[in-house]
Amino acid sequence: MKETIGFPRALLYYYYYPAWRAFFESLGQTCEVSGKTTKAVIDSGIKVTVDEACLPVKAFHGHVLSLSGVCDRVFVPRLVSVERKAYICPKLMGLPDMVRHNCKGIRQIIDPCIDMSRNSRAYVRELYATGRLFTRNPLKISVARRKAKQAYDVFVRLLQAGLTPIDAMDRENRCYPNHFQDSGIFNDSVSGRDKDVRSPIIGVLGHPYIIYDSFLGMNVLDRLNLMGARVVTMDMLQRTVVEQAAAKSQKRVFWTIGRQLLGAGYYFLAPGTVDGCLQMSAFACGPDSFIAELLQQESARSRRKVPFMTIVVDEHTGEAGVLTRLEAFMDIVARSMLR
Amino acid sequence: MKLTFARLGNFHIAAKALFEALGIDVVLPPPPTKRTMSLGSLNSPEFACLPLKMNIGNYLEALEKGADTIVMVGGIGPCRLGLYGEVQRQILEGLGCDFKMIVVEPPQGRLDRLFRQLFEITGPQRIPQYIKALHLGWSKLAAIDSMEKLALKRRPFEESKGDISFAYEETLRCIDKARSPKEVASAVENGQRAIKSVCKKTDGNKPRIGIVGEVFMVLEPFVNCEIEKHLGEMGVVVHRSIYLSDWVVEHVVKDAFRILRKSKLPYELAKPYLCHFVGGHGVETIASTVDYARQGLDGVIQVAPFTCMPEIIAQDLLPTVSRDLGIPVMTLVLDEHSSGTGVLTRLEAFVDLVRMSQRQRR
Repeated sequence: MKETIGFPRALLYYYYYPAWRAFFESLGQTCEVSGKTTKAVIDSGIKVTVDEACLPVKAFHGHVLSLSGVCDRVFVPRLVSVERKAYICPKLMGLPDMVRHNCKGIRQIIDPCIDMSRNSRAYVRELYATGRLFTRNPLKISVARRKAKQAYDVFVRLLQAGLTPIDAMDRENRCYPNHFQDSGIFNDSVSGRDKDVRSPIIGVLGHPYIIYDSFLGMNVLDRLNLMGARVVTMDMLQRTVVEQAAAKSQKRVFWTIGRQLLGAGYYFLAPGTVDGCLQMSAFACGPDSFIAELLQQESARSRRKVPFMTIVVDEHTGEAGVLTRLEAFMDIVARSMLR
Repeated sequence: MKLTFARLGNFHIAAKALFEALGIDVVLPPPPTKRTMSLGSLNSPEFACLPLKMNIGNYLEALEKGADTIVMVGGIGPCRLGLYGEVQRQILEGLGCDFKMIVVEPPQGRLDRLFRQLFEITGPQRIPQYIKALHLGWSKLAAIDSMEKLALKRRPFEESKGDISFAYEETLRCIDKARSPKEVASAVENGQRAIKSVCKKTDGNKPRIGIVGEVFMVLEPFVNCEIEKHLGEMGVVVHRSIYLSDWVVEHVVKDAFRILRKSKLPYELAKPYLCHFVGGHGVETIASTVDYARQGLDGVIQVAPFTCMPEIIAQDLLPTVSRDLGIPVMTLVLDEHSSGTGVLTRLEAFVDLVRMSQRQRR
């Protein structure tokens, strides 16, 4: 039986959708992604969640609601942990429960519990349990799993070649996997920068569901590009570089994305990598409140300072205000490059 | 070495006894005031939770008093508490403070790790000394909890307002002064007698309200605007979901001796609403609410610091629990801007509501 599975275009959609889609399509299901985030989507999400929830969680609820009636099931995974001894965010651990209680119109939710904090292969059982919803043949599930893995690997390599997840997903639709290698957007992450061209390089830090969502993130990436900057996000850096920089912290940060943000931040704030560092964060984001503080302390300690700014977004943020701050930031970056 | 640690309710009484019995100088942070809170929020990240801000305030005031070593608990997440030590160290270092920070990480089944961390604080000492110190600390902790339980139970029946709180605080002072478990026991006995002497005859019709939520906010009267005292003086019997000794057993003793399994009960109670651990006390908040509803309590108040991640999940789910089980639930989200008067007004309204629903049921 062919079913349509709905994917909310929010939270970790930006990291794992290629894998999820490959998995479900290989099992013969249709995948339907909710539309781009709009004011209406966010408003409907705000209505069903508590005020204290963060903007991305509210937006997620809005996306789920926009999928009701469009698809047979909605995919709301419980992403507890994707690596050993680390979590992502407590809110993702309670997400399916929140969605189930807040979005009454939703018929069925697929909520595999991905918890690799103790055992890095613990997800496999959940994968098979999810596959069993659609087929009784374990071989088909195993094929789907391999396809998902391939799709994910291709996606990650595209990211490290300098594409944003949005571009990478677009690109994947168009060309065959493995063709990207000779596209050579820029090969050696940031270090391969051209000495003659003095367009500023801006490192952007932030959870993927904020910086890549054009509405929540106020189009910051495009705006920076329009202002003549080259943008590098933490996903374009090599994992080893990020992990090495993050290891500078005396205590290992136990949020996966938080640790990557910290590592990328330490890397950006070290002189000679980027010309400015911009952090985007959601109002009242728990992990970001600490990561931002650690980065500010690092910035205060370093002798040659890289311009560093944090922008906090919530459902009330006006675009004009962000634009003004971005312009001021770029002026400071330009001045610091002259020195 | 002059040791200090952050305040959490009356925990400092037991911790001070433990360290002093091991021959360590302890400099306690002064009792929290508005200044503590301002110092803390001024120097902490804006969206950090209130416990971190209060801790920073405590440390700054203790360092002013001459402390030079800070002991703090660590953690393995996903709650932010696990990173408190690192963030606090960097904040204080950024302010130019001179101190040493010792972060005690959870033993996770390895006793040697716990003892090595203890040695780092205390220096090598004889084993009987440790046993004596632990015994004294534990007896004080248990004594404090038993006094708190008694005060919560009897406060609605006091003869004139403030009697019980006076007797209770006096007893705490005696417990603090006690130098042996025997003296602690006699202090508790005296306290119990004093509380009984100021009580009227109990009648059974007082509303009962449970308090659930984040441990620091529940245990620290200064940050929760003394809700337990206010509720008691309004004639409400308060049931509290967390006591210090339970917390120590669950997080230190059971974590060190893995043979003692952690209680699965909260997870079973919370299952229809929240079926996964979310860090902090998220699951326990839901579970205690379900438990209180089953016990027939008349209402539940959730106390949480602003931006607390686990409690936000619980807060999101509590309306459903309240509807399903027919128990009124109110959430108090508090931060450095909360005013006692505002909280008091909300408490009065909630108690009125609870009384009304109590009458309807009868």
